[in-house]
Amino acid sequence: MIMAENLIKPENLVYEKTKVMTDRVLHYCPGCGHSTTHRMLAEAIDELGIQGETIGIAPVGCSVLAYYYFDVDMTEAAHGRAPAVATGIKRVLPEKYVFTYQGDGDLAAIGTSETIHACNRGENFLIVFINNGIYGMTGGQMAPTTLENMKSTTSPRGRDVKTMGNPLKISELVANLPGTYYVSRHSVHTPANARKIKRAFKKALEYQKEKKGTCLIEVVSNCPSNWKMTPLESNKWMEENMFPFYPLGDIKVPK
Amino acid sequence: MKELRLMKGNEALAEAAIRAGADAYFGYPITPQSEIIEYFMAENPEEKTGMVILQAESEIAAINMVYGAAGCGKKAITSSSSPGISLKQEGLSYIAGAELPCVVVNITRGGPGLGTIQPSQSDYFQAVKGGGHGDYKLIVLAPATVQETVDYVKLAFELAFKYRNPVMILSDGIIGQMMEKVELFEQIPRSDKEYDWATIGKKPGKDHVIITSLQLQPEEQEKVNLRLQAKYREVEKNEVMYKTYDIEDAEYLFVAYGSCGRITQKAMEMARKKGYKVGQIRPQTLYPFPVEIIKKVTGQVKGILTVEMNTGQMVEDVRLAVSGKIPVEHYGRFGGMIPSPDEILNAFEQKFIGG
Repeated sequence: MIMAENLIKPENLVYEKTKVMTDRVLHYCPGCGHSTTHRMLAEAIDELGIQGETIGIAPVGCSVLAYYYFDVDMTEAAHGRAPAVATGIKRVLPEKYVFTYQGDGDLAAIGTSETIHACNRGENFLIVFINNGIYGMTGGQMAPTTLENMKSTTSPRGRDVKTMGNPLKISELVANLPGTYYVSRHSVHTPANARKIKRAFKKALEYQKEKKGTCLIEVVSNCPSNWKMTPLESNKWMEENMFPFYPLGDIKVPK
Repeated sequence: MKELRLMKGNEALAEAAIRAGADAYFGYPITPQSEIIEYFMAENPEEKTGMVILQAESEIAAINMVYGAAGCGKKAITSSSSPGISLKQEGLSYIAGAELPCVVVNITRGGPGLGTIQPSQSDYFQAVKGGGHGDYKLIVLAPATVQETVDYVKLAFELAFKYRNPVMILSDGIIGQMMEKVELFEQIPRSDKEYDWATIGKKPGKDHVIITSLQLQPEEQEKVNLRLQAKYREVEKNEVMYKTYDIEDAEYLFVAYGSCGRITQKAMEMARKKGYKVGQIRPQTLYPFPVEIIKKVTGQVKGILTVEMNTGQMVEDVRLAVSGKIPVEHYGRFGGMIPSPDEILNAFEQKFIGG
């Protein structure tokens, strides 16, 4: 009879958890894109062999505790300030790899100034931008990226762009700045997309080594809890509603 | 070799930061302290010592850049004036909460709001009581001369690293703008020390370093507060600094700090000439406040006059020290006005002698 313990042998190993993620249990809701995004970024760091050279900055939002999960040195920034904190780190330790991990409220509302100016200075770090069109941790309020007519607890009748403003395409905005080198929009809701984003993370970290400028990778993601959908429904809704407005693909690539 | 120069307060401060072996300055222009960043940019210490100088897009960004650099165990400094210091309060609260060292300079101007560009001491409460949210303290140094400004920059970095706490140099537009003779200390080399609390890259076999001011469990956050309070008691025990003038035979006491302390000293001399036995205490640390010396003098003098370029802030700390035992009065000019020695003497006579 085949017993599990007979199968657990080094020669049978086909896949393992990257050592750049700690063993801590993730607090993210089931089906949320944060977990996969964390893993793909951690695998990219692992495969480049830069775990000991990497410093990450966690935001305020659902991923505030990201510092527990990435097994690299991590700093927790105030809401929206991650690109400024990253600037401080990168300027005094220019040979280290630095990344920020930020949600839409953090990066595109309260931290818009820090985001744009870090990109405009061409700071040599990676900005990972999770866009799920909602404030997750505070319980489903409208985000700067909330779609037109999309409901949230602060747009209960749907986002009225006449009074609440338009959803902000921050990646297209920063791609216009000479300081950005690589701006690309992804998702992690299928294995193929997850593989693609890992390649993008690796590219961005390699550009960082070459001091090419700011790289921003947007992850169009879901929020099953606050969208009030099952994980599968949320992925379908994301494909049908988020992707047309936030199309996946490269926005700015090196010439 | 020590070097003697005639320098403007703000420029001397910048030079002192370079010589103190600072690793980074992040700042944003605001009157009356823009000479600090201008001096750094002109001197270009990046070429001499490797010190990084960056003009940030905002005061908020500047203090968060300081937070990032401080988290790497580097000597980071920022400077501003009152409205800009208000913007830095969020960052200061995070830095104090995460227990990181840094130096922040406030070349104070009059408020509230946009106020005036003229000197003031109206940010005393903000500086010594915390300023941002949460229970925390800054160590606050109050120079009265350009020389003290220079010496306190060096001291501020030492205290910041000793206690892993932000240190504020609370100066004002008078000291920032005036020129005085100053003796500069020798260049201290930048340190390449790697601290075990700093985010400099995870070491093999060691846990990754996390810098945060967040504890979701209230039991844990209470522990953080208790640790901070224990640290502040140590600061209060070890770091009080003040100067006394003629307190031995004093029947009355003036208490004034910074530039106001110098003006008050003249008023004290004038009072002595008129036969009033007046002494003076000039606090050099505003937090920790020189409580013990004031308590000691309380048994000896009939009354205390604080002189401040505000509507009465430090006077509250003097009253706390005195505990109602003797009258404590305040005389102030504000909104950018500077009291003259004559005015101070008049105020003293009116309040204590009977005009």
